[in-house]
Amino acid sequence: MTALDVTEVKEGVDQETVDAVKELSGNYKYGWETEIEMDYAPKGVNPDIVRLISSKNEEPEWMTEWRLSAFARWEKIKEPTWAMVNYPDIDFQDIYYYARPKSMEVKPKSLDDVDPKLLATYAKLGIPLKEQAILAGVEGAEDIPAEGRKVAVDAVFDSVSVGTTFQAELKKAGVIFCSISEAIREHPELVKKYLGTVVPASDNFYATLNSAVFSDGSFVYIPPGVRCPMELSTYFRINAENTGQFERTLIIADKGSYVSYLEGCTAPKRDVAQLHAAVVEIIIEEDAEVKYSTVQNWYPGDENGVGGIYNFVTKRADCRGDRAKVMWTQVETGSAVTWKYPSCILRGDDSQGEFYSIAIANNMQQADTGTKMVHLGKRTKSRIVSKGISAGKAQNTYRGLVSMHPKAKESRNYTQCDSLLIGDKCGAHTVPYIEVRNNSSRVEHEATTSKVDDDQLFYCRSRGMDEEEAVALVVNGFCKEVLQALPMEFAMEAQALVAISLEGSVG
Amino acid sequence: MALAKLKMDATQARLADVVLPDGAAWGNAARADALARVQAMGLPTKRDEYWKYTDPASLVAHDAPKAALFHNDEGPLFTAVDRVRVVFVDGVFDADASDDLRAEGLEIERLSDAMKTDIHWAKDVYGVLETRGQTPVARPLAALNTALATDGVVIRVTGKASKPVNLIYLHQDENSDAILHNVVKVEAGAEVTLLETGPAAARFSKALEVDIADGGTFHHVRAQGRDHERRAVTHCFARLGAAATFKSFTLTFNGVLTRNECILEIVGNDAVAHVAGACVGDGKDFHHDDTVFVTHDAVNCESRQVFKKVLRNGATGVFQGKILVKPGAQKTDGYQISQALLLDDDSQFLAKPELEIYADDVACSHGSTSGAIDETALFYLRSRGVSHNEARNLLTLSFVAEALEEIADDTLADELRDRLEGWLSRHS
Repeated sequence: MTALDVTEVKEGVDQETVDAVKELSGNYKYGWETEIEMDYAPKGVNPDIVRLISSKNEEPEWMTEWRLSAFARWEKIKEPTWAMVNYPDIDFQDIYYYARPKSMEVKPKSLDDVDPKLLATYAKLGIPLKEQAILAGVEGAEDIPAEGRKVAVDAVFDSVSVGTTFQAELKKAGVIFCSISEAIREHPELVKKYLGTVVPASDNFYATLNSAVFSDGSFVYIPPGVRCPMELSTYFRINAENTGQFERTLIIADKGSYVSYLEGCTAPKRDVAQLHAAVVEIIIEEDAEVKYSTVQNWYPGDENGVGGIYNFVTKRADCRGDRAKVMWTQVETGSAVTWKYPSCILRGDDSQGEFYSIAIANNMQQADTGTKMVHLGKRTKSRIVSKGISAGKAQNTYRGLVSMHPKAKESRNYTQCDSLLIGDKCGAHTVPYIEVRNNSSRVEHEATTSKVDDDQLFYCRSRGMDEEEAVALVVNGFCKEVLQALPMEFAMEAQALVAISLEGSVG
Repeated sequence: MALAKLKMDATQARLADVVLPDGAAWGNAARADALARVQAMGLPTKRDEYWKYTDPASLVAHDAPKAALFHNDEGPLFTAVDRVRVVFVDGVFDADASDDLRAEGLEIERLSDAMKTDIHWAKDVYGVLETRGQTPVARPLAALNTALATDGVVIRVTGKASKPVNLIYLHQDENSDAILHNVVKVEAGAEVTLLETGPAAARFSKALEVDIADGGTFHHVRAQGRDHERRAVTHCFARLGAAATFKSFTLTFNGVLTRNECILEIVGNDAVAHVAGACVGDGKDFHHDDTVFVTHDAVNCESRQVFKKVLRNGATGVFQGKILVKPGAQKTDGYQISQALLLDDDSQFLAKPELEIYADDVACSHGSTSGAIDETALFYLRSRGVSHNEARNLLTLSFVAEALEEIADDTLADELRDRLEGWLSRHS
């Protein structure tokens, strides 16, 4: 039973939307737990724990030092309080910072050696860790040619990467796709060159903590001129209790390359809130393009706000070269508290950043999410489309920055953010920051209600359409702009989202 | 923590030699209370979220920075309007220069006189609306004004006022530091127009509290003086009862620093609140900030915020606007638009148009745009034989028009439009 069942919905809000929101956020399907023996580091965080994580990952000295300096900094800084979210104080010493399945003590040589229990976990989640082409649960995938439907997966279970598929095939194309711990060992020159250059260890409270204690995550390097032959994806699963997950992802798209990267995540239902503080860094060189898509489905807690994941994430893409492109697409349905602003630094001339987001918050969920578009290069373009839906007693905030620097001549930004409230106990908020420091750039921000335009309706009616048909045609399919940006692999989620419309939005 | 302590130490140091003006018990209590609030909040610094785009240092400093006197060759505004003139010179009431304060439907008194009266209606407004306006965002400079205001007027509107009241602020001393506090109480069904004109002082802190009872109407038209070196921080706190109307428009020319805050609280159903502003600034030392906070706490109310900024030669325009719709404030119609026209490449526009909504049956929209003059429109006018400057001024005027339209009285609007045209032709 969710709060939606007892909510009176205002006239004008589409019933299908209400049902879809309920479906997406009301019944958490991934709340089961895998019973597996785990190795834990002692609870809490201190320099010894940082060293322990570093040694478990068999890291070189420079990496350990990097972590330790981040930790020293973290001890001096305070948690940010500016977001419109409320949660009890987190006891950072009451969390396990490292949890690894016992069976992963000796790193499996191939996927065949991986503990069947772990493989079964991912199979149950619909994430096949076999090098097979069929996408679980995606209707119509059979009709797609084999080449087009391959997805390489890096599966992260609590603190460790369980395995990465299609590595050999990717290697042939020159693509490096592995866990970040492996990359630190095998490709230190790349990691050293790029790690912390987009999100410095000093960036913010959670990024600094992550820099000190990150345990695993994914690493992607696409060499110059290479179009990655398949989609890459990472699936994060939190399983162990009282454990924080601190993953770190580093994606480098060298000159003229292309990659589409997907991220998924789930966690079991528990009464105690768990912390997830990730950092994602993307470097995009000249003429390269990266698409980063997320369906964030961490456990949101129950209808009384008990349990759930605190999702405090720093994601940033740096378009370093001219004509570099990045596209963030996110569907946020999970987590008790979300604090996440995937951002674009548009440094190269003519570089482009796009951000498409649907954030759905139900029951006691709180989401404070948005993006930053920092225009530094000439003729840079950005586009922000954000849709927030609140239901139950949830609070949903869009927070964003568009900054046009004096040298970013002739740049463009278009921002649209809409909010829909389902019921009168929830809240929807918009906090945009707009900083324009030259006059050849154009910035437009709007957050308007999307009531059906009478003129358009009249036009359709005069052409013989009945009222219902006309409304269906005129009403902008609420999520369509975002859905179009979602890759095939998220078709299941997309199907559910199609039913959502912004009819009756408040602003 | 260290920062908070620094701020408090700075506040204590700044307030060390403050002596509160003396009056009746209620006035002294309001002032002491306000001073205590300033001490608790701390004076603003550039690190505060609501001062992120405007540096308050020169507004907070102990002594007012000098501002050269400006010879205004255009003559005073609104001379054709039959009005009650209330003149302040560098923040001090000038009885000789002012008109007879008696007019039908109006009770006008000097603030210091009201504060000497033990039982006075102003007690329920002075510092009261300002205090209400301190949450959720602290406005320490307004509290400081309540504590230290040396002059001002209190106006009670008992019926339909027979003529507008014009507060005229003259600037005659280049070191003047004026702190004025005005209070307006519009009784049920009453109606008044308040005009405010002039630069006032080298540094001007002004607070205006407006309490509008059910069915009352308050019109406000303001033109801040053309003095290039003046600084001003103004606060308007208004509370609207059922079916009350509040309409305010401000035109700002020049000025090194202007921060105009408008904090509206709608507590009665079916009320209407419009706040608009236009500013034109030329040069790197022009900084203009509009900070607006509209709280909807009643059903079926309407609010509009319309702000236009024309900026050139390195001028800075700031807009921080917010619409807060409280739980239960259903059928709210909130609208907010902030636009900047940047006439050259050095000027900047910094905006934060916020919405915070806790009711589901409302319509709130906000928009913000920034850019240069439309080249196509310019080309069109040029092709019709209009000179480049004239075409640009024409397009600039049309850009500002939406804000000017918020002035209900056409005579007042036309006069301000003429002044605007004058400014544009001088600065082209």
